[in-house]
Amino acid sequence: MEKKPSLFFFVILDIESLSREEIELIMATGGEMKKIMKSGMKKADYLKGKSVITLFYEASTRTRTSFESAGKYLGAHVVNINTASSSVTKGECLKDTVLVLENMDCDGVIIRTPMEGASVYAAKVGKPVVINAGDGAHAHPSQALLDLFTLREYGKKDLQGLKMVIVGDILYSRVARSNIAMWKKFGADIHVCGPMTLLPHDISALGVTVDARVEDALRDADVVDVLRIQLERQKNGLFPTPREYSRQYGVNDERLALCKKDVVILHPGPMNRGLEISYGVGYCGNAAIRDQVNNGVAVRMALLNLTLGGGEAK
Amino acid sequence: MKLLIKNGRVVDPSQDLDKVCDVLIEEGRIAALGENLAGADEVYDAKGLVVMPGLVDLHTHLREPGYEAKETIRTGTMAAAAGGVTTVACMPNTAPVCDNSIVVSGIKERALREGFAHVEVVGAITKKQEGKELAELADMAEKGAMAFSDDGHYVKSSRMMTLAAKYVSAFGKTLICHAIDPELDSDGFMHEGAVSARNGVPGVPALAEDIAVARDVLIAEYTGTHVHIAHCASKGALDIIRQAQKRGVHVTCEVTVHHLTLTDEACADYNTAAKINPPLRSMDHVEACRQAVLDGTASAVVTDHSPHCMEEKDVEFRNAPNGFPGLETSLGVVLTDLYHTGIFDLKTVVQKMSREPAELFGLNAGTLKVGAPADVTVVDLDKEWVVDPEKFYSKCHLSPYAGKTCRGRAVATILAGKFVMKEGKVKDYAKA
Repeated sequence: MEKKPSLFFFVILDIESLSREEIELIMATGGEMKKIMKSGMKKADYLKGKSVITLFYEASTRTRTSFESAGKYLGAHVVNINTASSSVTKGECLKDTVLVLENMDCDGVIIRTPMEGASVYAAKVGKPVVINAGDGAHAHPSQALLDLFTLREYGKKDLQGLKMVIVGDILYSRVARSNIAMWKKFGADIHVCGPMTLLPHDISALGVTVDARVEDALRDADVVDVLRIQLERQKNGLFPTPREYSRQYGVNDERLALCKKDVVILHPGPMNRGLEISYGVGYCGNAAIRDQVNNGVAVRMALLNLTLGGGEAK
Repeated sequence: MKLLIKNGRVVDPSQDLDKVCDVLIEEGRIAALGENLAGADEVYDAKGLVVMPGLVDLHTHLREPGYEAKETIRTGTMAAAAGGVTTVACMPNTAPVCDNSIVVSGIKERALREGFAHVEVVGAITKKQEGKELAELADMAEKGAMAFSDDGHYVKSSRMMTLAAKYVSAFGKTLICHAIDPELDSDGFMHEGAVSARNGVPGVPALAEDIAVARDVLIAEYTGTHVHIAHCASKGALDIIRQAQKRGVHVTCEVTVHHLTLTDEACADYNTAAKINPPLRSMDHVEACRQAVLDGTASAVVTDHSPHCMEEKDVEFRNAPNGFPGLETSLGVVLTDLYHTGIFDLKTVVQKMSREPAELFGLNAGTLKVGAPADVTVVDLDKEWVVDPEKFYSKCHLSPYAGKTCRGRAVATILAGKFVMKEGKVKDYAKA
């Protein structure tokens, strides 16, 4: 069967294993997909006859819905598995769950789990295309891709030498790991800032600069990615109180003024307004947060189309 | 029945011996060493091979009673025989826990009937290994427990650990410590370092080991009781032990084959076959373990053979239990990665895998002196073979060394004067 040659090995597990060329192809395809989204007739048949299953072991609004929408806009058959009402509750392991989906002849599995490396494992045990929609603190590649897409829309076309800052919980963040991997590929000057208890001990392995004070991190920043702070981390003793977190690390109006005028504020969502990000910053003109959501659908359409061997986008 | 092992290179540090000669075995004991011996019923030609005292592994989990799906005394000791190991000490984290003399005796009896290796039993320090009340230590000692350990668990209470150390000093037994701070340990699933920073698996710092070892060293110093640190894998902990030994504290330790030969890179792509506790660490820790063997800080090289079921290990990294089998790969891996690379000489290999562990616990093993039990391992130093876990005698067909090409392995194992393994095949050759 003749298929359009794809740059992919039928998995999207992390950013590290994508080449610059592959990333450019995803960006370009995402642009075409966005046109379909905006055309008023959100229906293509590129993935007609393909089936996609979303397998989410964690709560999610935007990632799951955007993958589902992406599949449907391209004509794929999309089934969502809610693990809370699936055989997972009867103790079915991930391997068997993936094999069940494989045996239903599904073409792609979009997987979100709290277990690091579970997408890598799922790709090993089953035949379907596996797209990692977030596995523990390992990777969230579609987020990093949609962030890159969004930054380009906001004029940050060349990241070389830009001061790009990630604020918050780096230790447990897959978004941080995937964005660091992405931005390093494009030569950015990456700074991270957060409570020292929420930074990996051997953070030098990630090749980023650590700023102890958020003011130093934000000064002259071109891009600021504000991570969601999980309140559970406070319960585990990793920082004293949400109040202190907000005062020490919260990105607010005064701190926004330290950044470059054309700074782009990213947040993977969902936001804790008033905690890691102030009400004002979340809605300000520099915030690309709502476009991130919109582009998330386009980029995920691109990922599905490229990995599932869909028709050519024109 | 007399067995003569002809023309092998006999390496026996207990008598400072390294020369080609014959070994005559009679009635299960070494009867003579020398050239041109004769008068045997069976002759084994060991020309070009090394003849060494059978290997002694101080740290294994045979899983019986209770976890026979993972391993049994029979399969675990078959794995030992396949790897050239003639004595294994088994840890007490069974079900029921080996915390009383009946279980000690039961394991010993079953090992005598079904085993392919001598089995030494390590009893629990505390009842059910819960760290709350002392187990019947004297009773277990009377029934032949080799030592005591809550292996798998740190005795969290300093008071309980001190009491145990005081109590056993009356009958001269050793406490083997699984020294890892449980609170720091509960935070993660692999070594905290560059690899965990990259792959996102929460890490446990080596500090967890250092802190726990420091306390147990101080308890050894205070009580005078011999404390043996199990599976020591951290540079800092080894330094603490080395310093304590210098000032005369009766503390010893063992290091594992995997901590001598693998790093946390083995976990980079979430391979559960490389998940173990203490975790595989970075190269500086690996080098510290090697140094500890060479400078005498570590007395023994062990496997921490810890088999599990496939359904337990074939899961996401975080969900997999710690451990993998090691008895069938230990000698081959040590010869390949440490002997043939020039890091250990052959005497060191025999010393640390046979003689010294035996001496440390007063076992009648680890020597080929005339009169000693004829536990002998015959080794082909240059035999090339590939680690294939599917062929393991262990019930657990997993290994972080799967696919590794090794150079050198045991080609015959003799237990109390009788072959239990020839050319990798384990059986009771005396019965056949």
